[in-house]
Order: sequence, then C-alpha cells, then structure tokens
Amino acid sequence: MNTLLAKKKEPIDKLAAASVGGRSLGAEALRRMLRSPVAITGGVITLLFLLLAIFAPLLAPKDPQIRYLQDQVELGKGIIPGPSPGFPLGVDDFGRDFLSRLIVGAQQTLLVGVLATVIGVLIGVIIGGIAGAFGGWVDTVLMRLVDVLLSFPSLLLAISIAALFAKPSQWTVILAVSIIGVPIFARLLRGSMLAQREADHVLAATSLGVKRGTIVFRHMLPNSLGPVIVQATLTLATAILEAAALSFLGLGDPDPTRAEWGLMLGNASRQFLDIRPELAYYPAIAIIVVALGFTLLGESLREALDPKNRR
Amino acid sequence: MALLEVRDLTVVFQRRGEKPFTAVDGVSFDVEPGQTVGLVGESGCGKSVTSLAIMRLLAKRGNKVSGSVSFEGTDLLKISDRDMRDRRGRDLGMVFQDPLSSLNPVIPIGLQITEVLERHRGMSRSKAKVEAADLLDKVGIPDPTRRLSEYPHQLSGGMRQRALIAIALACRPRLLIADEPTTALDVTIQAQILALLRELVQDTGTALIMITHDLGVVAGLCDVVNVLYGGKIVERAERHALFAEPRHPYTHGLLASIPRLDEGRGEKLVPIRGSVADNIPWDGGCAFAPRCPNALEVCEERSPQLVPDRTGLLRCHNPVQPAVATAGGTR
Repeated sequence: MNTLLAKKKEPIDKLAAASVGGRSLGAEALRRMLRSPVAITGGVITLLFLLLAIFAPLLAPKDPQIRYLQDQVELGKGIIPGPSPGFPLGVDDFGRDFLSRLIVGAQQTLLVGVLATVIGVLIGVIIGGIAGAFGGWVDTVLMRLVDVLLSFPSLLLAISIAALFAKPSQWTVILAVSIIGVPIFARLLRGSMLAQREADHVLAATSLGVKRGTIVFRHMLPNSLGPVIVQATLTLATAILEAAALSFLGLGDPDPTRAEWGLMLGNASRQFLDIRPELAYYPAIAIIVVALGFTLLGESLREALDPKNRR
Repeated sequence: MALLEVRDLTVVFQRRGEKPFTAVDGVSFDVEPGQTVGLVGESGCGKSVTSLAIMRLLAKRGNKVSGSVSFEGTDLLKISDRDMRDRRGRDLGMVFQDPLSSLNPVIPIGLQITEVLERHRGMSRSKAKVEAADLLDKVGIPDPTRRLSEYPHQLSGGMRQRALIAIALACRPRLLIADEPTTALDVTIQAQILALLRELVQDTGTALIMITHDLGVVAGLCDVVNVLYGGKIVERAERHALFAEPRHPYTHGLLASIPRLDEGRGEKLVPIRGSVADNIPWDGGCAFAPRCPNALEVCEERSPQLVPDRTGLLRCHNPVQPAVATAGGTR
C-alpha cells in the first residue's frame, strides 16, 4: 500500500511542474495577432485610448469644468476665442479649455462603450445560450423575440428606448445602446451553439455520460464564444458611435458640465458650427479614430480565430 | 445470458415530407463478455446507426428506434434518460472515427479524462489526474503527465486516438463500441491502434463491438463477424469460417475485392458491381440481388430469411458453394 502511494505521489509532483505544457487556442490566436499589422494598428490605437481614458485627470492640462475665458465669449455676436497660449484647441462656448474636455471625455466614452457592450453581451449570451442549449420551442420563442428587436433600425430603437425614460442620463444611454446589441449576440451564440450540438466532440462527451450542464458549459459554450468575442470588439466601436449619436440628439446626459464627445459634437454643430467648425471636428475625429481602433482590433481577432488561417 | 443482446433492432429515419427510411432493419446479435464482435459493411449499410442506437445517441426527433437492446438483462431502450446517462461511459464506452473532432479543442486532454473519472468514479480532481496519467501511460502515450495539460491540436493523430481510447476505457466499461476507430489513421498507426485495442480487450475482459468496413481489421480482431447490407445482417460467421469460406455473395465479393499477397501480380481485383442504392427495399426481393453475380429469379421475388448456416447465419437464396468460393478467390 505504501509503495503504491509513493508511486502515485510522484506523478502529482510532476503534474504541478507540467502545468505550462499546453498552448490553448486563445494563446495561439494571440501569437498570430502579434504578427499582423492590422492587429497592431488597432491594438495601439485601443491601448492609447485606454491609457488616455485612465489617466485623463493627470493628462488634462487644465480643469475641464472651469470657465476660464467666459467673459471673452459672446455667442450672440459670433465670438468664441480661438487657440491661444494655454488653450491649444481654443475654448468652448462656456470658455472652458477644449483640449482638457476632449481628454476627460475619453473616460465617458470608454465607460459608455464598454458598459453598453458588456451588458449587451451578457444579456445576449444568456438568451442565445438558453436558445441554443435547449433548442425546440424555447429556441423558437426566444428567437422570435430577438427578431422583433432586430427588425427595428438600430439607432431608431436606441432612440425609442432612451426616450422611454423621463429623465435622460448616461445610464439610459448605456441601457439603450446595450439593448440594440443584444439580438446580434443572441443570434450569433445561438447559431454556434446549435452547430456545437451536432459536433463530434459533443457526441463523444455524451457517449461518456457527461452531464448535460457540463456539456453545455464546458463543451458547447467555450467552443461557441469565439464569434461573440469578435462581435463584441466590433460592437464596442458602434456602441461608442451610437452613444455619441444619442448625446448628439440630446437624449444623453443633459448635465452641461459633463465632458462627453457626442455631446460636445452636438453642441458644436448646433450652436457654433459657423463660428468655430473645428470644435465639431475634434470630437468627431476622436470618435472615428477610437471606433476605427476597435474595428481593426475586432477584424484581426476574427481573422486570428478563424480556423481556416490556423498554421 | 449474454452481456449484450440486441434483438430485432430497427431504426427508421422519419423526416417531414420525406418517405421514411429504414436504416437498420431488424438486426439481432449477442455479445458475450470478453468477446469481439464485428459489424462489417459498406458506407450506408447501417453499422454506425446500429451503434448509435445501442448507445441511445440518436436524436429522438425524426428517428424511430424499436426492438430491444438488453445489457445484462436491462433493456437500454426502455430506461430513463438519466439512467442511460449514468450508464454511458460507465457500462458502455464508445470510440469514434475521427479522433480530432471527437476531442474538445478548447480544453486540455487531461480535463477530458478527469471529467469522466469524476463523473462516474467519484474521484477528486487530484486523484483523477493521477489516474488519467496512468490511463494515458497504459494506452502508450509517452510522457503522460505532460500530455495531460496539452490540447488536442498538439497531439498527433495516433496519439489522439489513443487518448480517445483512454477516455472511453477510463471507467472500465464492460462493453466498448469502436466505430471505425482506425479509418482516419494511416496504416502503421492503424496497426498500433488495433494491437492496443486487442491488448486492452484481453487484459480487461471488455467486450468489444468493432464497426468497420475494413476486412483486414476484422481478420485481426473479431471473434464473430456480422456482415450488414442495406440495414440487415446478411451473414454471420466465426472469423475463420468467414474468411475461409464466405457463403453470402456479398461477403464473397468484399473478400474478392481486396488485393492478396498470395496472388500473382497480374491478377485483377474483382469489384462488386454497382453501389448501395438509396433506400434499398428488402420487401419483395433481396436488396443485394441487383448487384449479385449469383442472383436467381427467386431473389427478385422473395426476400431471403436469415437461417442457420454452419457456425452462423445466412440470408441468401443461392449462397456461394464452398468449392466455388475457393475457385472464386483465385479467379
């Protein structure tokens, strides 16, 4: 007995040492992405944006809330002071430093984009996962509901959801934007889950008596999430655009002190596009560049995870 | 009582708007403990469907399974889904054709073994890992502890099939069904896998149902061979009898279409004419008659019955005569 134990103990020690042996599909995809210029471009933009958002309060040269040059602004007469020492991009209609507001605005944009996408993915994965795991009438009912959501033009849907709330805030924006992402994620996951039901390895697991819950969560779900992850990266870009659009339309947070790119773009284009058009360009460019970064990242992720490109 | 008694197993595919298709048509056979039984036939003869029906792995929707599959006296077709799940992997194991697609690509090999051990043998994770390494070692995978943390795509084809066999045998099932386990492998690996299966079957006393279209596999492994055509057993015989004197013209044709080392180099192979037609009708004639060199008028009129013949069974109106068979082999 003792010798048997001793014999069995050795492999355990070896096991502990050997935990680095495997290279998962995710690691494999990452390795491929590091060799793709598109991925690197997207990654660098995204990384810079993340750093900008995280360190915004440190990076902003001035306080974004203080109305430094308020007395020089005369909107009625069409006067907004241009760039001057200390204010490289000029000031807005309240005399606040535009550059600082743009930098701090990255935080808001990131928060809204990420939260809206995460909530959309979560709800979508739950709906699509249930539909794909159970199939049958559960699938039919859930997918018809999803089809209803999908039949609205996305921005229109976001506007109507945002308009449902009496008091618009950033949370109504996040909710509205996340809901328009739900049907896409649900459909995607449901599709790949249904494909997984027929997969050989799921049949093999079934033939081993593996429990249904384990089959769904260990064998079907992880193999179905690839497309959802890719779509999430792409959706992050559109979520930022849609959140900006809602703010632009006045359905976002009405708090004028909050720096948000969509709101800045909306104000600039509505109130002083003729005086200082560049004040509309800056947030627009910021939105486009960030959206582009996420899109490039998502595209290259999709490519890296594509089994056709493996090795 | 045999370990597994399959009686009158029938599987009908029923698709909406299509004529029902009888994939398996009243198949009966026994498997004794420790015995290796072969199911042989061309693609589409119903051999894989038979195995899936025994394991109850066919979708309930669109497939009608009847007959009985009695495993140690329990009819597997009658027990609850939950009971069946408990038995799969524990009492009956299965090895599939394509080792790569039969393994989950996103989790390491080790986890795919330990999950079965945890499920059926109630082992703790760490104990299961030791056992898993042991199993991999037993199926001849070198450096098993390292392999546990590797993913299926990092193993070679032969190693993947070994891993699958290790997984299927993890809980020491009394019956293992191997569905074309060597088809996706190259010849040298095939030989290794077959040797491994033979060894494991002998060591553990596991009964084996070997499903294959490869008569070489049959010759090397099976005690009793069932030849299927169009969803029915057309001939059953002990291995030696089958190879020495095939009685059914179909079996005879299968053997004649294999190149032999003891034949002259110039000899031509004799193929079986035609191919398996869709939905071969067994009612009102022999399904093999259109392709059969021995076909008589009666073959087109009356479906032959499965009758005792020598060591086994035969379903033919005009079987190959022993003397003719020898002549036919060298024709």
